[in-house]
Amino acid sequence: MSRIIEGLLYSKSHEWVKVEDGLAVIGVSDFAQSEMGDITYVDLPSEGDEIQAGEEFGALESVKASSDLYSPVSGTVEAVNEELESAPELVNQDAYAAWIIKVRMSDASELESLLDAAAYAKIAE
Amino acid sequence: MDQSLKVTCLHDSHISLGAKMSPFAGFDMPIQYSGIIQEHNAVRNAAGMFDVSHMGEIVVDGPDAEAFVNHVFTNDVRPLAAGGILYGMMCYPDGGVVDDLLVYKEFESGFLLVVNAANIEKDYEWLQQQSEGFEVEIFNDSDSWGQIALQGPASEDALVKAFGLEELRDLEFYTFFDLEDEDGGRVIVSRTGYTGEDGFEIYASPDNIVDLWNLFLEDGITPCGLGCRDTLRFEAGLPLYGDELSPEISPVMAGLSMFCKLDKPEFIGKEAIEKQKAEGVARKIVGIELHDNAIPRAGYPVELEDGTQVGVVTTGYHSISLDKSICFALVDSRYSALGTPLYIRIRKRVFPGEVIKKRFYKTNYKK
Repeated sequence: MSRIIEGLLYSKSHEWVKVEDGLAVIGVSDFAQSEMGDITYVDLPSEGDEIQAGEEFGALESVKASSDLYSPVSGTVEAVNEELESAPELVNQDAYAAWIIKVRMSDASELESLLDAAAYAKIAE
Repeated sequence: MDQSLKVTCLHDSHISLGAKMSPFAGFDMPIQYSGIIQEHNAVRNAAGMFDVSHMGEIVVDGPDAEAFVNHVFTNDVRPLAAGGILYGMMCYPDGGVVDDLLVYKEFESGFLLVVNAANIEKDYEWLQQQSEGFEVEIFNDSDSWGQIALQGPASEDALVKAFGLEELRDLEFYTFFDLEDEDGGRVIVSRTGYTGEDGFEIYASPDNIVDLWNLFLEDGITPCGLGCRDTLRFEAGLPLYGDELSPEISPVMAGLSMFCKLDKPEFIGKEAIEKQKAEGVARKIVGIELHDNAIPRAGYPVELEDGTQVGVVTTGYHSISLDKSICFALVDSRYSALGTPLYIRIRKRVFPGEVIKKRFYKTNYKK
């Protein structure tokens, strides 16, 4: 059974979002990492990249497969978690601690269309 | 599970071990149990076992068995002693590959052909069609056999322990022993595999294979899925039919012409292979190492610096044993020399790399 944390917002494509200091901190859910298996590479965007809600901004790669990452919000990438470049397994170890990017949102109302923990629990099984 | 899928005799065990299952060649097969990396390392460092009961076994017997096998097979079985095994291909007249396979020369008479699961029906029909004029019986015996591949440096000890037979240590690479189970049924043990490590493939009745699997489990052998079977064979530079060999990818293109014996009087595809060797081929399978950790996957374009596409990735991984991103790719032969700089397009970006030897990992066969 995968972990779902209360208080985070989730996308149907299995990313989580936490708003912190006005930035959307984005990672993938525990369900997503357990479905992927051993993650061996995280393809990160660059700081300053403009990203659109629902569009691909990077990818997770396991031994066997690659899985695109979709941004739950639009905006500018303010920070990327460079630690994941050398230690992609951090996503497997704790998917909610291993944030991937932080985004300066251009439209905070996009958060309203995301799922809360209870709603996400219904699709992450 | 899709009800049209076949299952092997070990299916119940895979489920109870919690394996991730997936369709493969018409069978519901385990992709991984504990995780691909852990299973891969178990085979490299100790011993792992694979359910390969889906593989096909086709018997060729009769007065013309040797002549017939040599007619359809690229390698030469004439010098092969009973108990010996050869790797090679069956080709179409144009040099394209029907399948790659192992041929076991039986002690009594005839040959056992071990073929890829996805190709069993196709191979059987192909053999039937080519057999006109030969006095042979061809029989698809695939349902009678279960099979376990026991692979890794500790597999000899595990095998000897399970069978209680020290003589199994004497088995040489690419040879087999015939044993009997308690009911007089046949058990074949061959020193073969698909991982680049020492190891064995054991063929027995489905019931016996289940017993043997459980015995190995109790002995602490790591159950391994098809996920690491692919990462292991890939590192060892071994082709997978459908990826590096196919009706469109000949043995010469795949760099496997050493398994095509052109000094044989004839075999199907000989003329085409001779011509390809003499004149060269337009495309070849090469190894490419990327100077980055991005992972090349099957289907990704291989390009020159100016963006011209010159090939396509056939298999790629971030190698578990070598900790680098490498792939096999089918490329324009002009760019196949070792050291040639090539680029791989991965999603939106292009990553530089270079052509390297295909045997990425130093194999540890017992010869």
